[in-house]
Amino acid sequence: MVNKNLKLMQGNEACVEGALAAGMKFFAGYPITPSTEIAEISAQRLPRVGGKFIQMEDEIAGMAATIGGSLAGLKSMTATSGPGFSLKQENIGYAMLTEIPCVVVDVQRGGPSTGLPTAPSQSDVMQAKWGTHGDHPVIALSPSSIRETYDLTIQAFNLAEKYRTPVFLMLDEVIGHMREKIEIPDPSDIEIFNRITPDESEKSDYKAYDNSLEVPKMAAFGEGFKFHVTGLMHDEFGFPKNDPTVTEILMSRIMGKIENNLEDILLYDEYYTEDMDLLILSYGGTFRSVMSAVREAQRSGKKVGVFKAKTLWPFPEKRVKELSKKVDNIIVAEMNLGQYYYEVDRIARNNCEVSLLGKANGEPITPTEVLKKIKEVL
Amino acid sequence: MAVASKLLENNFRMNRLPHIWCPGCGHGIIMRGIAEAIENLGYDKQKVCIISGIGCSSRAPGYMDFNTLHTTHGRALAFATGVKLANPDLKVIVVSGDGDATAIGGNHLIHAARRNIDITTIVFNNNIYGMTGGQYSPTTPHNDLGTTAPYGNVDNVFDICRLAEGAGATYVARGTVYHAKQLEKNIESALENKGFSLVEGVSICPTYYGRKNRKGDAAEMMINLKETTLDKKVAAKLPAEKKEGKLIIGEFVNKAQPEFCEEYHKIVDKFTKGD
Repeated sequence: MVNKNLKLMQGNEACVEGALAAGMKFFAGYPITPSTEIAEISAQRLPRVGGKFIQMEDEIAGMAATIGGSLAGLKSMTATSGPGFSLKQENIGYAMLTEIPCVVVDVQRGGPSTGLPTAPSQSDVMQAKWGTHGDHPVIALSPSSIRETYDLTIQAFNLAEKYRTPVFLMLDEVIGHMREKIEIPDPSDIEIFNRITPDESEKSDYKAYDNSLEVPKMAAFGEGFKFHVTGLMHDEFGFPKNDPTVTEILMSRIMGKIENNLEDILLYDEYYTEDMDLLILSYGGTFRSVMSAVREAQRSGKKVGVFKAKTLWPFPEKRVKELSKKVDNIIVAEMNLGQYYYEVDRIARNNCEVSLLGKANGEPITPTEVLKKIKEVL
Repeated sequence: MAVASKLLENNFRMNRLPHIWCPGCGHGIIMRGIAEAIENLGYDKQKVCIISGIGCSSRAPGYMDFNTLHTTHGRALAFATGVKLANPDLKVIVVSGDGDATAIGGNHLIHAARRNIDITTIVFNNNIYGMTGGQYSPTTPHNDLGTTAPYGNVDNVFDICRLAEGAGATYVARGTVYHAKQLEKNIESALENKGFSLVEGVSICPTYYGRKNRKGDAAEMMINLKETTLDKKVAAKLPAEKKEGKLIIGEFVNKAQPEFCEEYHKIVDKFTKGD
């Protein structure tokens, strides 16, 4: 007990503390419930560590400034909730094509539209995947506890820096506003990844989008590389090109840098999957009710396994397919009317039945509801 | 010509030229003015950052040999705010069109001005959306024609300089591509201002605005700029009737006020210095 750094913390607070541990030095955003504490705590904490916080005039500007901060060399984050996430999408696409690392936190709330500002939901799962136009890779993580929020925020920064891409941290209001006692890890135990930067010798011929590398090296503005960045399709130096060959090379590299590194990116936990008749798949806050119900079911002799996705995107396709061969049924439990469900169904439908336990009335899924669903299926 | 080629070599990406602007377009004159101003002020080019949104004007950064960023439509100032705050050592310049700066980007314009963040914005105002083919913009004169105003524009016009002044910009000036040398001086003063500065460069679009509204060819449009503008100092001495219908050019605001990044850094310094 003596040496442990224990703290009672809210999910949104753990997100900021994790971000600071990962090296966040810049935050730009716009207030929106239920993500607001992330901005508030960032405003309080950043200047104390020599970082910068700015409240922009709108969500669009919050995303733009976050990208600008990263281009100027600082690890940058923004946070928002459903409607704000919608507004940010165009600039998120910009960051994907221009390969600017940053973390975008979405504390999901009920929708569509202004919806349910203070109620939990997991209904931005597909928005994370397809919110912006065009083909693009997505990395989205979702924590189901306060300590996991801390850890996955660090992971989000590491992945953003490693793969030069925006990374989404998908909280839900259950996790964002819940308080738990957590142990803050010692900084020396935390693994941090910083973007690979070009060296002096590359100054005269710097390729900001060098296609011979899976992830090109990234210089910051002001370091003497004088490169060009555009949201148009571009050549290796970053200049606009609408040549189909150039576009194809760029697009396949951008997709490939994620698709070829799934083992590094995919995170999930499994419980009781060695010997099971039924699998429940869930993520985020919903996992907690699922786990509670499954323990109860286990006590009455039912063999129920649990798959918890921590990496929502890319989809943990290989593992879900393997597990789907072991059972007759998979239940997908999520606080929406079937967003992740369709992805699971697509992967597993030839091997087993897939059913949805979905809820979108602004209330979390309860253990009782999960138990009822288990009884229906088993 | 020797001077011109030196200006090009020092400030432009020669392999990116020629530019894509139409013959007779005024934008090259403003772009040259920016390069001349940077050259005259002797800035470290590694520290100059030029940021644009989308549109004809917004293609300028691609031609200029600095840290350059071509962003989404209307959002240049929001990107620029992030760049400047993250690294205040950078000299940040935003180039924007009339539509980019005052329609889709209007919110960012007024708030960047309100913050008095040290960014210089050069608005290339040609009174039309050129790149998308001649739709009316917030500065297309009332009753004038555009492809989306086939029966005459019903909207009223923004005075970009008054808008910037009202929002809190600490340097505001207007020049035209006819008065190229004066415009260049205005850009120089804007760059030297510590805070948010805006220069409206009144440009010409013979291809869309000019042709559609029977304003003549590029040369005629330039002569028209000469004849319809009045310098602020000259105008001050004229009676009201002689100023009617004239566009006033010159420096409107030039004042010192606390700058955003410096103010923020005072807070950072409080925590990170001296203990």
